[in-house]
Amino acid sequence: VSFTDGYAEVDGCKTRLRRGGTGAPLLFLHGANGAPVIMPFMEKLAQRFDVLVPEHPGYGKSDEPEWLENIHDLAYFYLDFLKALSLSNVTLVGTSMGGWIAMEMAVRDTSRIKSLVLVSPAGVTAPGLRAADIFLMAPEEAVRNLFVDRKLAEARLAQPEDIDISLKNRHTTARLAWEPRLHDPFLPKWLHRIDVPVKLVWGREDRILPVGLAEVLAQRIPGAHVHILENCGHLPHAEKPDEFVDIVCR
Amino acid sequence: MQVTLFHLMPYAEVDLAAARAHGTVWGLPNRNYDAQVAHRLYNRFLDELEYGETLGFDAVSVNEHHQTAYGLMPSPIVTASALARRTSRVKIAILGSALPLRSHPMMVAEEHAMIDVISGGRLISGFVRGIGAEYHTFGVNPTFSHDRFHEAHDLIVRAWTEKGPFAFEGHHYRVSYVNLWPQPLQKPHPPIWIPSQGSKETIDWAAHPDRRYTYLQTFSPAKVVARYLKMYRDTGEGYGYRAADSQLGWSVPVYVARDDESARKQARFHFENFRNVFVRMPLEMLLPPGYTSRESLKNVMKAKAQMFGDVTLEQALELGLFVCGSPDTVLNAFRKHWQEMRFGNLLVLCQFGTLPADLTRTNMELFAREVMPALKALN
Repeated sequence: VSFTDGYAEVDGCKTRLRRGGTGAPLLFLHGANGAPVIMPFMEKLAQRFDVLVPEHPGYGKSDEPEWLENIHDLAYFYLDFLKALSLSNVTLVGTSMGGWIAMEMAVRDTSRIKSLVLVSPAGVTAPGLRAADIFLMAPEEAVRNLFVDRKLAEARLAQPEDIDISLKNRHTTARLAWEPRLHDPFLPKWLHRIDVPVKLVWGREDRILPVGLAEVLAQRIPGAHVHILENCGHLPHAEKPDEFVDIVCR
Repeated sequence: MQVTLFHLMPYAEVDLAAARAHGTVWGLPNRNYDAQVAHRLYNRFLDELEYGETLGFDAVSVNEHHQTAYGLMPSPIVTASALARRTSRVKIAILGSALPLRSHPMMVAEEHAMIDVISGGRLISGFVRGIGAEYHTFGVNPTFSHDRFHEAHDLIVRAWTEKGPFAFEGHHYRVSYVNLWPQPLQKPHPPIWIPSQGSKETIDWAAHPDRRYTYLQTFSPAKVVARYLKMYRDTGEGYGYRAADSQLGWSVPVYVARDDESARKQARFHFENFRNVFVRMPLEMLLPPGYTSRESLKNVMKAKAQMFGDVTLEQALELGLFVCGSPDTVLNAFRKHWQEMRFGNLLVLCQFGTLPADLTRTNMELFAREVMPALKALN
């Protein structure tokens, strides 16, 4: 499956958008490290879905709009994005920060959303389940903390990195998630409004957001099913792509 | 030239091995802190600053740092208040209050105004953004640091100078009734100084004709000091005016002894502790996202090995990061730098790192008696 690589303009923000495959629309919302490349799980999903992979405002090659100040701005942006691209019946897949954005969208409006797949999402916290301090990690340490499989971490570290883009991503992540750290204290109050099926996917060995948060979310979101992957870290879609795609398509 | 005695009030008796093992004194667990030691140190350091008046310094200065052995002054208001009542002629400089860390900058306006009034108009107000590490400890979002700084500054200056009550509607701070009791004694308001590690954005802002604030380059190699002070002058020219020498300052650790060899011998251990234990912190802590522009951050990352490695006393002298020697050596060094840079303010840090009371006192006395008079005469 080949992906087109272009830009969509929504809310005055030039937004990089890769799109490939046929079927019902699936919107993938990336995490703090962005979505610089088309990954194997995206190719696999594109055999079943019309897969859309944007780079969030403030990330990668997308604009940094002045209006971008908090996570709610991105929730409204992506609701506008669905409307602007006339997408409906959307499978919304979000990982980490992207999972947080997906929940913030869904508590506001699910009229264009068919279901959610939340992959080790940020967005909530609970006593004893604090997120790791990603802003105090040295860059290499941060990558190693993402994976259980060390070979995957080393492969990621061996890839050439665009320093400007990684500083830009880090800046936007800080802007959105520095304080309160990686969560919205008001979100849990409204999670019951998510009235579409939700799959919660988490790696048992997640060193960024503890797996215990899956239960915290499952208690709040009426239609949630929890899928825990063994020997898996913070990025199940990257570390266990086959199992991950199975869960999405199931 | 106006000469200021500057103090950081470090936890000078820190367990150096523990600090080394932790990698930094920033965020060093406070099981390493002993209140009896701190009691002794606070009173020793306040004595040293009060002695600064006796020795004829133009100003004595305190500053703000949090959760670190680097400096025991989370509130410079407390130390400046103590000095306001124990001194009578010397100016008192708060360099500075970390504005973006405050949830309510009106408190800064009120506290500084109180000190200015109590001291009979001897306050110099410094404003800073706080060091990167403090955005970690306080949780304040560093990507809004510049915005909050500028907005807090606007609120404070308006609160000092305008008749109230008026409403302040900012993006980060909103106050329905601004109506200061007390407003400061100095009119239109106390002098404002801006200490900085060097940034174009800060210089553009401080040098603006509406402000013309005194810019202090802190603890940097002499070449870097010269570059930023020149940038300030050039920026002033760009705005269409010629910056006065009094708008420029340099803050630097100093150690004076009878001769060069004794000076180096006495200062080495304590200066190297200061530079290599107290000042050091990891890049991620020093420069959180948004604290500086991404361009500056990239430059720092390139120079990382040099900036984050240990520096010996000899290297520091070579770089002009430290001025140390006999009275003649120190005077000549400052004369030479002054001829090149024409800074109207010199801030000397006479106690640094682990430097004990007896050496600090001799240092202050020799500097004040044998170096300072000639420096004050420079014009």
